Amino acid sequence: MQLKNIKGKVSLATCSLLQISSPLTQAADSDWDVDTAFLYYGESDGRVQAAEPAIHVGHNLGDDDRIDLRLVVDVLTGATPNGAHATNSVQTFTTPSGSGSYTANPGETPLDDTFHDTRAAFGADWTISLDRVSKIILGMNVSGEYDYFSLGVSSTYLRDFNNKNTTLAVGVAFNNDTVKPVGGVPIDLAPMVAQGYTLNRSGSDDTKTLTDFLIGITQVINRSTIMQLNYTYGLTDGYQNDPYKIVSVIDPATQLPADVSYFDTATTGNLPYVYESRPDSRTRNSLFFNTAHHLTEDVINFSYRYYWDDWGITSNTLDLRYRYQLEGSYLQPHVRYYSQDAADFYIHDLKLGTDVDATTGEVYRQHASNDYRLAKSVTSTLGLKYGLPLSKNSEFAVRGEYISQTINNDGVPAGEETPDLSAVVLQMNYSVAW
Amino acid sequence: MKSVLFLICFATLAGCSSMGVQPWDRDLLSQDSMQLVPDYFDNFYDQHIYFSKEASSGGQGVGGGGCGCN
Repeated sequence: MQLKNIKGKVSLATCSLLQISSPLTQAADSDWDVDTAFLYYGESDGRVQAAEPAIHVGHNLGDDDRIDLRLVVDVLTGATPNGAHATNSVQTFTTPSGSGSYTANPGETPLDDTFHDTRAAFGADWTISLDRVSKIILGMNVSGEYDYFSLGVSSTYLRDFNNKNTTLAVGVAFNNDTVKPVGGVPIDLAPMVAQGYTLNRSGSDDTKTLTDFLIGITQVINRSTIMQLNYTYGLTDGYQNDPYKIVSVIDPATQLPADVSYFDTATTGNLPYVYESRPDSRTRNSLFFNTAHHLTEDVINFSYRYYWDDWGITSNTLDLRYRYQLEGSYLQPHVRYYSQDAADFYIHDLKLGTDVDATTGEVYRQHASNDYRLAKSVTSTLGLKYGLPLSKNSEFAVRGEYISQTINNDGVPAGEETPDLSAVVLQMNYSVAW
Repeated sequence: MKSVLFLICFATLAGCSSMGVQPWDRDLLSQDSMQLVPDYFDNFYDQHIYFSKEASSGGQGVGGGGCGCN
């Protein structure tokens, strides 16, 4: 409350990054504002751990023009599923570089723990007031990690109508991403090979482009309610595989990873796992509804998103935050529910003979992935935030969230299930303006 | 098709014209808590986390950076 308008301006500044927010209440009353935050994200069972400090600096240039700069650093360690599933045998895998190997014991979901990544991302937004009722926001972003580089630009036009009670937003963004996997770009559906053999790689890097369009409307309903509806359409072209993900090739005769003919590792060097393959084109759509409603003191913020794409994925996302105003501070419980259907090419494993030629190793499917993120799943989140204004122009906040992701394992043999995921989020924010 | 879209847009804007408030009634709407994205970094981190764990993303806006998320 006391940080009046700071976050309003910040949310405007993020238009090109994440969302079109209402420009209806974003009058400027300070020259500078700075937001800092630190996030810890930790998954269970020794999986991904991340630390992510971030800073945002905004500066009013006068005449409703402003500039916003954002820097985020992301440090990751831990292990992530490699795409192969658990079996009743010991499984051996080659590291992405080809210079090492790791194993999964019987009943264990194979995890690749070789990644350790640091990512830095910088973004800038320049808001230009065109006239009394319209403005344009020009954005750019660049981020880099040792195996991934992303560069993007965006532009959003905002136009007020009806005495500034209605705002129309039209946006477009373009991103160009380059992936440079450790060891090179795997050949789609080619086998992983044992350590010491020549890796099945097609080159050192590959790219994809993302083009996104948005049209949205924000409407003040009455003195205590505001609503927003967006439609976004996106097109991704190019390399969209996770270069570190593989799919198990199972021999139906043994129900174990194939070890005969083409996959007789001792004679061919081929391991019974092939690199995943995803389509090189994806069109994405979403309808997003968001509302905030003031209950004299407390505030409800609710959003719903329906998403669909031509990979066969549809999803529903419900998000509810209730800001409970205390004396001089606030508590904010948060609930999020997300469910998605599986991608058309999501597959638990490939069967020797049926899906894969036992002699040549040819995969009869065009695309295949066992990435759990493409599976049918449900993600639930429970969180709580406490915010404490420290002065008229500064605020400290802390929040914790618990995330639970359940993977649908219908039809999967016992012992081969994709494990569920749980994670905790701890975050601290400090904002100041002058 | 274009004329249909135009009519929908026009009808929406015309319908919206009957809603809203006068400038002097924006006291609640101007509060931080009434922003549709009330906290920049909460939203930023959430989007980053779910982008890396789920197959769908976006909806709130366009643009942003990519990552080779694990």
